[in-house]
Amino acid sequence: MKHLLSTADLSRSDALQILDTAEEMAAVSGREVKKLPALRGRTVVNLFLEDSTRTRISFEAAAKRLSADVINFSAKGSSVSKGESLKDTVQTLEAIGADAIVMRHWGSGAAAQLASSGWITSAVVNAGDGTHEHPTQALLDAFTLRRHLSRRHGSAPHGRDLEGMHVVIVGDILHSRVARSNVWLLTTLGARVTLAAPPTLMPFGVDAWPCEVTYSLDEALATGPDAVMMLRVQAERMKDAFFPSAAEYTRSWGLTDERLAVFESTSAADAIIMHPGPMNRGLEISSAAADSPRNTALEQVTNGVSVRMAVLYLLLSGSAPDSQEATV
Amino acid sequence: MTATEPSHLILGATMPNGTTADVLIQGEVIAAVGTDAADRADEATVRIEAAGRVLLPGLVDLHTHLREPGKEDAETVETGTRAAAMGGFTSVHAMANSTPVADTAGVVEQVWQLGQEAGWCDVHPVGAVTVGLAGEQLAELGAMAQSRAQVRMFSDDGMCVQDPVLMRRALEYVKAFDGFIAQHAQEPKLTAGAQMNEGELSSMLGLAGWPAVAEEAIIARDVLLAQHVGSRLHVCHVSTAGSVEIIRWAKERGIEVTAEATPHHLLLTEELVRTYNPVFKVNPPLRRESDVMALREGLADGTIDTIGTDHAPHTAETKECEWTVAAMGMTGLETALPVVQHALVDTGLMDWAGVARVMSVNPARIARLETQGQMDPDGGLAAGAPAHLALYDPNITRTVDPETHTTKSRNSPYRGMELPGQITDVFYGGHPVVRDRALSAPRQHR
Amino acid sequence: MLSAADIDRALTRIAHEILESNKGPENLVLLGIPRRGYPLAQRLAAKLAGIEPGFDPEASTGQLDVTMYRDDLRRSTSRTPAPTRLPARGVDGAVVVLVDDVLFSGRTIRAALDALSDIGRPDVVRLGVLVDRGHRELPIRADFVGKNLPTSTAERVQVRLTEIDGPDGTGESAEDGVSIFDRADEPGDAR
Repeated sequence: MKHLLSTADLSRSDALQILDTAEEMAAVSGREVKKLPALRGRTVVNLFLEDSTRTRISFEAAAKRLSADVINFSAKGSSVSKGESLKDTVQTLEAIGADAIVMRHWGSGAAAQLASSGWITSAVVNAGDGTHEHPTQALLDAFTLRRHLSRRHGSAPHGRDLEGMHVVIVGDILHSRVARSNVWLLTTLGARVTLAAPPTLMPFGVDAWPCEVTYSLDEALATGPDAVMMLRVQAERMKDAFFPSAAEYTRSWGLTDERLAVFESTSAADAIIMHPGPMNRGLEISSAAADSPRNTALEQVTNGVSVRMAVLYLLLSGSAPDSQEATV
Repeated sequence: MTATEPSHLILGATMPNGTTADVLIQGEVIAAVGTDAADRADEATVRIEAAGRVLLPGLVDLHTHLREPGKEDAETVETGTRAAAMGGFTSVHAMANSTPVADTAGVVEQVWQLGQEAGWCDVHPVGAVTVGLAGEQLAELGAMAQSRAQVRMFSDDGMCVQDPVLMRRALEYVKAFDGFIAQHAQEPKLTAGAQMNEGELSSMLGLAGWPAVAEEAIIARDVLLAQHVGSRLHVCHVSTAGSVEIIRWAKERGIEVTAEATPHHLLLTEELVRTYNPVFKVNPPLRRESDVMALREGLADGTIDTIGTDHAPHTAETKECEWTVAAMGMTGLETALPVVQHALVDTGLMDWAGVARVMSVNPARIARLETQGQMDPDGGLAAGAPAHLALYDPNITRTVDPETHTTKSRNSPYRGMELPGQITDVFYGGHPVVRDRALSAPRQHR
Repeated sequence: MLSAADIDRALTRIAHEILESNKGPENLVLLGIPRRGYPLAQRLAAKLAGIEPGFDPEASTGQLDVTMYRDDLRRSTSRTPAPTRLPARGVDGAVVVLVDDVLFSGRTIRAALDALSDIGRPDVVRLGVLVDRGHRELPIRADFVGKNLPTSTAERVQVRLTEIDGPDGTGESAEDGVSIFDRADEPGDAR
């Protein structure tokens, strides 16, 4: 792996390698010294051309726990907002000594383009591009799901995929890079995925995706899924007629107290509620659901650091061809 | 034309209809075709061995962006018409979306004058339909028609004339001077922020989709408007199978509509967008394979009348950037005929007479150009006609290298592709502007 | 070079040496370095328990992964780290014996010492290896050695253990053993 751009091009074994590595990274946070020397002397640049404090600090924590130097670069007050091109910006960052560029960008495909442009030789990590993909979010979701699955089976998560899990993703699928990355990754790992949203917020041609599609959240919940992932819905969407009103959205698509009760009675006792954050309480998720012990939002945040450590480690360590198992 | 210009004898060229003949060019006209051509040549006549090459009437493009005035770093009338000559064109129509917009007699006369001075081919400015292409108020169409540029083609290309009342008025108004409206069919609200063809792929790539219906709905409305007011409508760059069907239906009903397809829509598909390489970003967007096939069939059966290059040069900085902010458009003058050969001739859909019709005769007829697009109905070339001719070698294959192109810009989507054929010689009013696969000299300003 | 019986005898001897140098089994923690160091540590622990019934092998054995501490991370292919598993008592105040199969350049042991110091603070750290093949690149020596095998750098030492290389592991070797190959015949860098 040279770059992490999309989960659509991650094989099952690539994905499992990241998740298994992330398990070891997670173990470090339980230690006295919560730091590894693996990326000592390497420089990771967080290039955030769109606001996202959560993702940025998660990557920052991940890089720092691996002893990398971190440079944060955001569009506000930077040369990008004065009209400097992406090409000039990344070449400048590489001249400063970047080994990896973690990029959040408002434009779909920006990370893929950066990786194939020939402008730079650094590793590129897609930290979310437009409405395209957000691969590390999907990886941390898969990591969280896998831990719950292995707890159910009473075994270590290593090497395990998500076979047998049913995940329902609810909300603004159309504009969600999190939904896209999750559909490709979770199905690659053997999970069954159902998308639940109003027809206006379903992507065109979604029938061709490797998942099930329903316009009824109640029907989806009745199947007793192992996890329900609530996507953030922007209230502004109603201005573009995606739905008539916030109240109608909540009535039909929100995880309300009533639906929480259905979920708790229908799904398994260890079924979880996921949210990529930040949550809109009262819109897509009720306060009771947000504060439910089943809600893994904070666990997801913790896991995000481990997964991002794994990604940075795997991208930045080693580029030489196959070397054998060491037996020193 | 001065009397000192030597005459040219093209020997053994294949005519559009497949027959072989010698052609003598003397002064500004085709002096002889056939057996007496060689007899009438003299000592000074330049002889061009053309066995195996196709002699076409000079190509006519109804859809060229020459970028001058305003974006001279991407193209100028001079560089754009040089590229046109290298592509076999003896007439181009310069679209109105310059800066300032060609919406006054002054601007169209300036462009026309620049074309005259350049001397590589005819340059006919296209007038804007609405002031500033803003879609709100009719531009002074009559003044542009009566100017030295004698504008007959009006288009807001790049923008759609969305307001149905304005479109109706424009269609009616240009009847006064036998003009026509060339519509860029794109419903703006259905395509707000659109980046590529809407389909499964756009959903996967997370790029805002450009639904086919946004083009088709405007075409359907416009053909009905054209029928209602009895005017001439020309549809620019048709890109979907549905559009072809609507135009076929309209023609069957006798509606006076003509339509254009671009070379790139005859060959390239949306799959190329997977690369997120902005060189493939174009308006209308690259569509699906089935659309490509429908366009080819539409050209073969006469539903689509013309091939327009939509040559849209862009500077490197407007293409070396994120897909979502990159400029839309591709260069096309120098690759048009090779792409057409590849997509239509080599596939058996069209013969060279058909190519001459869609790339020369039909566009000249639509634009009411009296000296261009001269070909006999049987596909032969006749003595006495103005010598606007393109000699083309269809037998070689070349790898496209935009760095070698004559246009000022490098945004060719065919970089690295193998395409057949090459223009070898071009006569513009009897004057050789291209000789032996290279630019020669422009025709003297009259 | 070493048969299954040789290996077993060497481990028995090392077990006795460990007990002798530590004056008994108190505070002993055996940490194997993946992959083959860990089964060796388990075998040693079983032998210690055989000699000293008061020694609890389960509670005194663990695995120490050193991947993230290696000094060749940039050059070699990214390796998925193996789990580090410590006995419940931890390593603070313990007498830790690091166990590995082959001691060569000493770089793995250097990494292991760094990894260990991030985990806790043992009183003493010792090193036990099945084979010492020489060619040290760092000032590191083993306290307990099964067999000194003089080799050339062009050679490769292969250790086979049934736990890893047996029919249930990845290889097909049904028996323990140690062999030396010419590196030219065996592409890949296994030190």
